[in-house]
Amino acid sequence: MPIITTRDLTMRFPGVTALESLSVGVEPGVTGLVGANGAGKSTLIKILLGLQRPTSGSAEVLGHDIATGGAEIRRRVGFMPEYECLLPDVTATEFVVHLARMSGLPSSAARERAADVLRHVGLYEERYRPMGGYSTGMRQKVKLAQALVHDPSLVFLDEPTNGLDPRGRDEMLALIRKVGAEFGISVLVTSHLLGELERVCDNVVIIDGGKLLRSSAVASFTETSGMLVVEVEEGRDALGAHLAERGLTVQADGRTLVVQLDGEETYDAIRDGVVDLDLALIRMEHGRHHIEEVFQR
Amino acid sequence: MSTAIHDIGYRHYDGPRQKHGQTVRALYVHNLRTLFGLGRGGKAKVIPFALLAMMMLPALGDIAIKAVVKQPDSFPMQGYGYILNPLIAIFLAAQAPVAASREIRYRTVPLYFSRPVGPRDFVAAKFGAFTTALLLLTALPMTVMHIGFLLTRQGIVEAASQPGAFRDVSEIPTVMEATREWAFGLIGALLLALVLSSFALLVAAYMPRRGFGIAAVIALYLVSNAVVGIAQGIALTRSAYDLAGWLNLFTPFNLVYGTQVALFKADGGVIAAPPPSGTGIFFLLFCVIIVAGSLAALHARFRKAGA
Repeated sequence: MPIITTRDLTMRFPGVTALESLSVGVEPGVTGLVGANGAGKSTLIKILLGLQRPTSGSAEVLGHDIATGGAEIRRRVGFMPEYECLLPDVTATEFVVHLARMSGLPSSAARERAADVLRHVGLYEERYRPMGGYSTGMRQKVKLAQALVHDPSLVFLDEPTNGLDPRGRDEMLALIRKVGAEFGISVLVTSHLLGELERVCDNVVIIDGGKLLRSSAVASFTETSGMLVVEVEEGRDALGAHLAERGLTVQADGRTLVVQLDGEETYDAIRDGVVDLDLALIRMEHGRHHIEEVFQR
Repeated sequence: MSTAIHDIGYRHYDGPRQKHGQTVRALYVHNLRTLFGLGRGGKAKVIPFALLAMMMLPALGDIAIKAVVKQPDSFPMQGYGYILNPLIAIFLAAQAPVAASREIRYRTVPLYFSRPVGPRDFVAAKFGAFTTALLLLTALPMTVMHIGFLLTRQGIVEAASQPGAFRDVSEIPTVMEATREWAFGLIGALLLALVLSSFALLVAAYMPRRGFGIAAVIALYLVSNAVVGIAQGIALTRSAYDLAGWLNLFTPFNLVYGTQVALFKADGGVIAAPPPSGTGIFFLLFCVIIVAGSLAALHARFRKAGA
């Protein structure tokens, strides 16, 4: 059963159509909402939260209609905005405790949950310091913590990896995966980068110019491509030439060779080639499409 | 996975959740604490508590004088807030941006509105908290002063009963009279707090930065006072007493004190030109319009900031 359903959702601002007849269903789990900047991702989240009223169409979140059940929806969802929203002169602990109370948690439960959730996102001693001195990575963690502190059934994460360095991005993506898999909280996460979402999402919804482009499971985007990816320690080119001589279609791709899979004998040919040339085989696996390639087609 | 022994995995929360009213009350208390710098750094406490201390001085002085000199003359109870209006104006200017523009500036408002707290709750909590803070500023010293009078009254009566005393016992307010004056004073203080807090929050909420908010509140206060003062001066020199009285409408402290003079017989001598007789209801209506209009505009401002 979908946790989010939209029907012909349209949102027009003066001079701009942010969403146009968007009908999509989102299943439980981690779902990526992908689109270029200005594709209507943030607008969709605001509408689903009941912060903005759509021009036309309807939507349901967790079984509640956005037009009539906004209060009930907001009790059960969490929201991490894309932009900066932290008060600089307040500590992370105080901030998250306060917002837990605003979600209806009693005072003692709010303190306990805030401490728990800040630990889960990876903020320890620094949570007692004012947030004005935090790094971007720490700020993003506080923003995620406040979205989770009241134990929602669903969280909306708007561009959570924005502005993060590669390490911070990996950490954030791992956290998102953890929220979905370990915490059992459904996630709708937006990004303008397709590649990073395929690592953590079960499903992906792609919108462009306010319209639905595609919605399906990540697995179906990345079904096997009929290629074998081969990596050897050294001698990539020698192996490539060796395989080409035996009539295989081979392409070099970075440190790897991409070999067209013609049948069982392809595996044997690669194995024999590696042995004949006395190379160290690191990996041999089925090549998968990346979501980005699907998007480009 | 971390190997730390305290890492016991994620736990869901299935404990009690509060009702909507309790959440709004928690927000009100939070705002009130913030206004006095509680839960913020030490610097944030300086201005509110220094002003509260200064507001107490006339009350404490009044008690000391009554205890030592044993004369019935009092600091005007109903005029307490009006006479000390520069201190209240400083509080307004310093704290209205804290209450109204801090969360707009740092874009924290959407974090509330994506929770069960709506724009109406948000305005109600802020308006309630700021009104309470202003009321504390005036009602607290007034109450202390009243208690001081009740405690020193016997000594004053005894002094006036001595042969050859300067003052007559009949000049000393009875406990009943003094209590009524105190009660009217509290009503006036509440009215002043309502008008000032709604208006100051509105001004601050439309200023993007704290400094602008402070400047705007102070400027409105000084300019409206100066303009009304000059206009009243001109009117009075031409004996246009009614016009001068009406002009009180256009500056918040005079508006409220004028209402007190017209409705609660506050001492008209405290302001340059008391309102014409029978105009109290208009003055009160004008207060209501300012409060209602400011709150409606505040609501619109926060709703926009939260989307």
